Amino acid sequence: MSLHLRDDERAMLAGEAGEGTALAMRIVARMAEVCGAGELLAIESAHVDGCLYHGPSGLDFAQRLVDGGARVRVPTTLNVGALDLLHPGHFRGAPEVAERARRLMAAYVELGCQPTWTCAPYQYVQRPPRGSQIAWAESNAIVFANSVLGARSERYGDFIDVCAAITGRVPAAGLHLQENRRGEILFRLRGVGENLLHADVLGPVLGYLVGERSGRRIPVIEGLPAGISEDVLKALGAAAASSGAVALFHAAGITPEAPTLEAAFGGRRPRAVVDVTPQLLRAARDRLATTADGAIDVVALGSPHFSIAEFARLLPLVEAHPPRPEVEFVVCTHRVAVAWLERHGHLATLAELGVEVVADTCVVVTPILRAKTGTLMTNSGKFAHYAPGNVGLEVVFGSLEECVRSAHHGRVWRDPELWR
Amino acid sequence: MTGSAPRLRLPARALVPGAARGRLLVLAEPLSLWGGLDPASGRIIDRRHPQAGARVSGRVLALPHGRGSSSASSVLLEAVRLATAPAAILLAESDPILALGAAVARELYGRGPPVVVLDGDGFGRLEDGGEVAVVEGGERVILC
Repeated sequence: MSLHLRDDERAMLAGEAGEGTALAMRIVARMAEVCGAGELLAIESAHVDGCLYHGPSGLDFAQRLVDGGARVRVPTTLNVGALDLLHPGHFRGAPEVAERARRLMAAYVELGCQPTWTCAPYQYVQRPPRGSQIAWAESNAIVFANSVLGARSERYGDFIDVCAAITGRVPAAGLHLQENRRGEILFRLRGVGENLLHADVLGPVLGYLVGERSGRRIPVIEGLPAGISEDVLKALGAAAASSGAVALFHAAGITPEAPTLEAAFGGRRPRAVVDVTPQLLRAARDRLATTADGAIDVVALGSPHFSIAEFARLLPLVEAHPPRPEVEFVVCTHRVAVAWLERHGHLATLAELGVEVVADTCVVVTPILRAKTGTLMTNSGKFAHYAPGNVGLEVVFGSLEECVRSAHHGRVWRDPELWR
Repeated sequence: MTGSAPRLRLPARALVPGAARGRLLVLAEPLSLWGGLDPASGRIIDRRHPQAGARVSGRVLALPHGRGSSSASSVLLEAVRLATAPAAILLAESDPILALGAAVARELYGRGPPVVVLDGDGFGRLEDGGEVAVVEGGERVILC
């Protein structure tokens, strides 16, 4: 199929809106050809991930757009940067890297993006309506917007995200189109105990399993409890997008495009069925760890960024079981939650208890942790997946309460009721 | 010379066209470049990956598809800048995120690996360590 461009799109390509916009349109058109799209679609909003510093090349790209006079055409939020701009002292990398990371963040703001600096924009900052066409980057945000909000985004990443924001266009392909959003593989919860079914830890563990088994197929999950929290769905999607390429899942009876199991599959039959047993979940939990339960050096929470509701659960736990001073305890979040913590006096409480709150960024994308070796414990499937490669620590995985109480003991504490 | 052996031509679709030649590194499992590839060394650093430690630089990297984070295109771009990128990327399934990294590399630095998707069962015929060439338009991969 050859790509048909409308007059205004051809004008952008021809440079009538400046060289920066023309470059953005060249990239969008190239990607339309890559995915075999016949035309482009207008978008309502964008979430951009390119503001995270990976090296000078990302800065070269952003600077090329700024120099070319580009500006975003739709409301555009920004994902995490490499710096906590509220607490720049947290950064433990080289000063010249910090300087380039700061320039990169500034360049994206100069393009007209909002300085939101969060990987969970969907919880407070920007909730695109159901059915809206959007261009989102950041794998956990994409899966949340598609699955939980019912908005429509392909899996976008660095560069194409801001190009879509600048042109206001995306290829008419993939998950933007209704016919590509039907479920393909069914996961049925079988014999999972009530404790685990209603625990926060179900999200990342089930998500990790779903991502591994789905590959690029769209998973449908049957058997999640009604009233499951948004934070559990957030954790589920983030883990599934770490172990697999999941950009959309349906939870029968829960997510907007799956009022029924039949609706989730668009009237077709699943191509594969996986019965999710407690044994499979325990095995997935074990694959999230790289080392056996023992002493820990770090607890890291907040990937995706910790919500206010999650802080509300964390606070009484750390007050009851404060971390040992030698255990580094870090929670990553966004400024909305920081403002809430501050307003309620919790920021000071957490600081007194030895809990460090990191904003605007997260500990697996930038050097913030003091520990360079040892074991990190987390309740995040995404942290567990990426921490060994990105920060070189061993990982153990547990529920929020297991993480807090392990930090208190200095070694892994297990909830005997949870995994029976 | 050993040039008498019949060459195998595998039809392909170019996501990012271009010619390249090199020794195959066939990954047994998908890889997310973000958290999976260190652009400074060109090595696979995802410790859960069966080929952790392997160096992709200058190789024709064959992987079923990418995985996980959308930051993979940045890692590929940075690898191109540092000259640690693969010579070409061969896929079993289209992967827009990898194609994007290569396309942006062409815009910024005027170079970057061709990215092609092998048709049909072509991917399964690739053998690790074999010499391959991607032809200029990217519509064929030749096993040398």
